[in-house]
Amino acid sequence: MAMAEFEPKIVAFMCNWCSYAGGDLAGTSRLQYPPNARIIRLMCTARLDPAFVLKAFAEGADGVLVAGCHIGDCHYVSGNLKAEKRVKMLKKLLPELGIEPERLMLRWISAAEGERFANTMKEFIARVKKLGPSPLSVSARG
Amino acid sequence: MAEKKAERKAEREEEEPRIGVYVCHCGVNIAGVVDVKEVAEYASKLKNVVIARDYKYMCADPGQQLIKDDIKEHKLNRIVVAACSPRMHEPTFRRALEEAGLNPFLFEQANIREHNSWVHMKQPKEATEKAKDLTRMAVARARRLEPQQKPKVKVERAALVIGGGVAGIQSALDLADMGFKVYLVEKTPSLGGKMAQLDKTFPTMDCSACILTPKMVDAARHENIEIITYAEVEEVDGFIGNFTVKIRKRAKQVLEDKCTGCGLCAEACPVEVPNEFDQGLGVRKAIYVPFPQAVPLVYTIDDEACLGCGMCEAVCGPEAIDYDQKDEVLELKVGTIIVATGFDQFDATRKPEYGYGRYENVITGLEYERLVNASGPTGGKLLRPSDGKEPHRIGFILCVGSRDAKVGNPYCSRVCCMYSIKNARLYKEKHPEAEVYIFYMDIRAYGKGYEEFYRQAQEEYGIKFIRGRPGEVVEDPKTKNLLVRVEDTLLGLPLEVELDLVVLAAGMEPARDSDKVQRLLRLSRSADGFFAEAHPKLRPVDTLTDGIYLAGTCQGPKDIPDTVSQASAAAARAAIPMAKGEVETEPIVAFVRKELCIGCRICERTCDFGVITMVDRKAQVNEAICKGCGACAAACPTGAMQIRHFTDEQIYAMIEAALREEAEEGGREEVKAEAR
Repeated sequence: MAMAEFEPKIVAFMCNWCSYAGGDLAGTSRLQYPPNARIIRLMCTARLDPAFVLKAFAEGADGVLVAGCHIGDCHYVSGNLKAEKRVKMLKKLLPELGIEPERLMLRWISAAEGERFANTMKEFIARVKKLGPSPLSVSARG
Repeated sequence: MAEKKAERKAEREEEEPRIGVYVCHCGVNIAGVVDVKEVAEYASKLKNVVIARDYKYMCADPGQQLIKDDIKEHKLNRIVVAACSPRMHEPTFRRALEEAGLNPFLFEQANIREHNSWVHMKQPKEATEKAKDLTRMAVARARRLEPQQKPKVKVERAALVIGGGVAGIQSALDLADMGFKVYLVEKTPSLGGKMAQLDKTFPTMDCSACILTPKMVDAARHENIEIITYAEVEEVDGFIGNFTVKIRKRAKQVLEDKCTGCGLCAEACPVEVPNEFDQGLGVRKAIYVPFPQAVPLVYTIDDEACLGCGMCEAVCGPEAIDYDQKDEVLELKVGTIIVATGFDQFDATRKPEYGYGRYENVITGLEYERLVNASGPTGGKLLRPSDGKEPHRIGFILCVGSRDAKVGNPYCSRVCCMYSIKNARLYKEKHPEAEVYIFYMDIRAYGKGYEEFYRQAQEEYGIKFIRGRPGEVVEDPKTKNLLVRVEDTLLGLPLEVELDLVVLAAGMEPARDSDKVQRLLRLSRSADGFFAEAHPKLRPVDTLTDGIYLAGTCQGPKDIPDTVSQASAAAARAAIPMAKGEVETEPIVAFVRKELCIGCRICERTCDFGVITMVDRKAQVNEAICKGCGACAAACPTGAMQIRHFTDEQIYAMIEAALREEAEEGGREEVKAEAR
């Protein structure tokens, strides 16, 4: 059956100080990347309740990207370390729900790394494209 | 009257959401890619949206007026603007809400420029769909926004200036003259920084020390300035108005209040080590001042070099030597902080093709400064390191470690053209017969009097400018002379120039301890590695952390005039909160829904700042010290712990809206999309 190319739906959680700002820099630098992600700004990735990620998958996201400051650069000292632990935990949990852990990605992107931001978007979107639609997203879409 | 007004306002904020959505064209920045009218039309059909418009420039006065008028006319109680990044104009629009009598936190911004139109320029259809999604997400969050009050905090009328170079000195003097207490902290034993190491300064040929040392003395004499040298900041805590700073003052093993700076100790000291002030070209003793005009003029024992022979103690009249002196940790309370930590010179060994470190007669610009300086290791006579002879043929190579992607420094260091021309002229003044070459890519003579200075160097001094970046420098092992291989790009000819001395215009790099300073103060860095300002044009000396400002080359390469101007600018900015005496802070802090709290104490353990305590087996938040990171809220198993302005409901609403079209029908009345 001929189908239009699969365009994954990505939800991204980003901290205000580093990664969201890195996204702004990618913009001011006019670095082009595919438009699949919808970014939700948090003050710090420490705010990332694991339930947010599960909710995103339950609502039909094909991938979830979490991005925060590099280790040692966190505006709140160690918020990113907390996010790292939670993402690790989620990666163990996701297969139990039938979701490949590769659909969840954690990246450190600083406010100065517009290029890294754009490359992360490209890389993650390509990865999720390869994985195909999330099993939950297929059922969520009916 | 005022009370009634406040009541009415509060009522409106509690009512059913009445949302206004404004889609900005940003000239063609957004509208050139995104179909803004389609986005506004789409937004007008979303639940609770009463009015949706698109407009050319929302941030301009008429754009803001549009919002204010609509708030009154349509009784709006939530505003969404789809425009640039909220990091750009959120404060602008929040103010507009406030002016229209609405709580500024009932505002949400969708980023359809930096995160959309600028990064999907060739995909207008997809960008328009994304803009709709982002606007829908913003509306979903806006529905659940709650009014917040900004707490006011008192501001300590004292400032910390980190770095005692010309930038730090200037900032400290300005603040002290305004009547604020200033702590000026310097890592080395003396104020002065890099400027103290320079010989003459372009384009006026002022002697650097002659114009700098009076300022150092002024700082030392000022009743409002406390100079703390041989010291480093170890810990910074708190926020604008109330920083607590710990400073480690290293033991000089010389009592500052007793030392008269007479120097008998150094004469007596038998140990000689390379003098870092002279770039290691000369020597100093184990007990030393970095240079004769040091401020404070207090000797320091270099603990690593000292043999403990006791000679200095034996000759010291005022009994100032104290071998048992220990490091001291000072705790200061300050309201604002200025970072003036300067730069380090590019390590020229990273350009091995120029032979620095291998060939004796290849030196750096800073080494040249010390060699021509009257108080330098050669008494101001420029001599070849290999044989101590005066060079006849000198070449200056520009852009060493600048404008060079290969070493990771694509930026221009902004001073090398001018300081090399200055150094070339200095030599020609004393030795008109000498052959002096400058190898350049472009000459950047942008400052006041700079172009004229450059012209004179060409026309009156006979300095030869060769346009081309040398491929390599080769040493003749016998004569130690140097052969510079370069393509003259104006003539299109390969050249070989034999020289007695090669001076590398090594550029500026972020100071080597920038990582540590960044971590202490939670600063951001720009792509070049220097500290990032809050906005490159409109907030060039602020940082993204309120109450912390940047001065001088820690923010990026600059010359002395720019450094001094920026230092004064940073002082003026830092003075604002201190003069006001109080500031408003962000209300984004944790709070507890007591009815949900089960007293499990997970939040207490998760918090790194000791904000949460248990009172009657329920969590309680100390809002004054909460930083609002949200770690506690993310860990709370019941949803009792929440962050103001980032509640679970607000975030879940965005997640749902990101992935789902709304089923509900649009606003209840006067649904319309208007263009003006």
